[in-house]
Amino acid sequence: MKDAQKKEKASWWYLLFVLQFLVILWPPFYNKMTPALIGLPFFYWFQLLWVIVSAVFTAVVYWATRG
Amino acid sequence: MPEINWTALVIFVLLFGLITWLGFAAARWRKGDLDLLHEWGLGGRRFGTVVTWFLVGGDVYTAYTFVAVPALAFGAGAVAFFAVPYTILIYPLLFLVFPRLWNVCHKHGYITAADFVRGRFGNRWLALAVTITGIVATLPYIALQLVGIQVVVGALGVTGNGLAADLPLVIAFGVLAAFTYSSGLRAPASIAIVKDILIYIATFAIIIVVPLKLGGFGKIFAAVPAGKVLLAVPGDHTTGAYSAYATLALGSALALFLYPHSMTAILSANSGHAIRRNAAILPGYSFMLGLLAMIGLFVIAAGIADMPAYAHGFKQYGSNFAVPALVLHIFPSWFVGVVFAAIAIGALVPAAIMSIAVANLYTRNIHREFINPNPTDKQEAQMAKWVSMVAKLGALIFILFVPTKFAIELQLLGGIWIIQTLPAVMLGAYTRWFNDWALLCGWAAGTIAGTLMAVASKLTPTFALTLGGHTFPGYSALYTVVLNLVIAAVLTPLLNGMRSGRAPIDATAPADYLAE
Repeated sequence: MKDAQKKEKASWWYLLFVLQFLVILWPPFYNKMTPALIGLPFFYWFQLLWVIVSAVFTAVVYWATRG
Repeated sequence: MPEINWTALVIFVLLFGLITWLGFAAARWRKGDLDLLHEWGLGGRRFGTVVTWFLVGGDVYTAYTFVAVPALAFGAGAVAFFAVPYTILIYPLLFLVFPRLWNVCHKHGYITAADFVRGRFGNRWLALAVTITGIVATLPYIALQLVGIQVVVGALGVTGNGLAADLPLVIAFGVLAAFTYSSGLRAPASIAIVKDILIYIATFAIIIVVPLKLGGFGKIFAAVPAGKVLLAVPGDHTTGAYSAYATLALGSALALFLYPHSMTAILSANSGHAIRRNAAILPGYSFMLGLLAMIGLFVIAAGIADMPAYAHGFKQYGSNFAVPALVLHIFPSWFVGVVFAAIAIGALVPAAIMSIAVANLYTRNIHREFINPNPTDKQEAQMAKWVSMVAKLGALIFILFVPTKFAIELQLLGGIWIIQTLPAVMLGAYTRWFNDWALLCGWAAGTIAGTLMAVASKLTPTFALTLGGHTFPGYSALYTVVLNLVIAAVLTPLLNGMRSGRAPIDATAPADYLAE
């Protein structure tokens, strides 16, 4: 286990995952009608937007921790 | 009684014929010796980033998902959208844990999660617990895929009495069983590509055409009862719908990649990097799933449930008929054929992967471990092919003779059971700290408590946990895996003390978990 930690060291970039988790696991934050976007209540468009944001985060972590 | 929609039926049958041909032709794709289990059951671990994307996508977003998520939105409203946070949460997990598991499995030739647990903890009984949990959780899942086929075949107007009514399903499963037997994992991998293209076309067509017909998203959401558009705000002394929503998302996410069929798709990738890249590009499916969940609300807004033309379908299939009814209502017949074929093919892909996963588990972790420890390569592959047949046949018999309700309830319990393998499999990828017997005790406690919670909440996923006058409704799977972890952690030092002197067995080395 100690060897593993040496070679695969934890990166601050992983905090992006924590951010991603905290926001989406806290429904009071997005359980709202407004602001609406093209008629979609905030609840729906925000979560769809967060899918895209999460994908970008994952891509960032992928590039940042490669090699 | 509905009449047969001939145009749609012809398109449906043509597309079905195409993928049948593809399923058999797949045996020659990236050719390998199909008499070897890892060639038949893992496609020779040769799938790159793109094929892995289709395969995992075919696994996670099944026909049942495409029917059931909108059906839940149609019936229960906003809570169905938990599928979106769920799919947001799974990819960081995939990114962090599974490249490690891929590396160690590749190094040691493991083809199932139970293989890994056997090597890591050197305890055949713990590995057996992981095996049986995997098999039992997967079988009802295969059966549920059939429900997706049943609904669209019914919606095409193909009905009958007695055996004739079940004939389309029997044919579909015969086809599935035959190409899985002959081509192994290569069959669903190639078909997944066709299925996804069809599903994407169908979803985007619905998401564009329906708002145009109904006068925009604003009007659609105005027509949905207010109580269904958002989650109910919790009252005093309870976390209400909020904790239910968040725990359903987190618990389902933790459970997903523990399912044997997810593991099969992941292990068939050609590198840990292919898995990491997939964690970034798989959310393409999550976005679509979110759109699909909204389609359930479109059905409410369109007032389709009250139309006499669809009354028969809703009566027979309940809210699972929501999506087929909407498709019948807004699209020309030829496109109905395309969408329904997409759903039916979407059932075959995961059903094939699931039956292969069950076959791999039985062959490696029950037959080889307990019955015949030294099979030849050919015997092992042959055994797996037969077991995959038996698994599918079992699912077919189940769905023909047992009410759908039981398959749905068993699948719910399956999620609660499979998550109990998390400490051994996912944490096992990081640490050998846990005592193997402590893990087994945790698994047993979690499984029993989870089953009792599910029964106490009348076989619904959320259990109302009460602590000090406050109620925390939440997903039983998540609550019980916490119990499981606590028990494993408390018993580990105790049981280690009893086996003093002997070092824990571990066939793997720390370097095995890292990319070469």
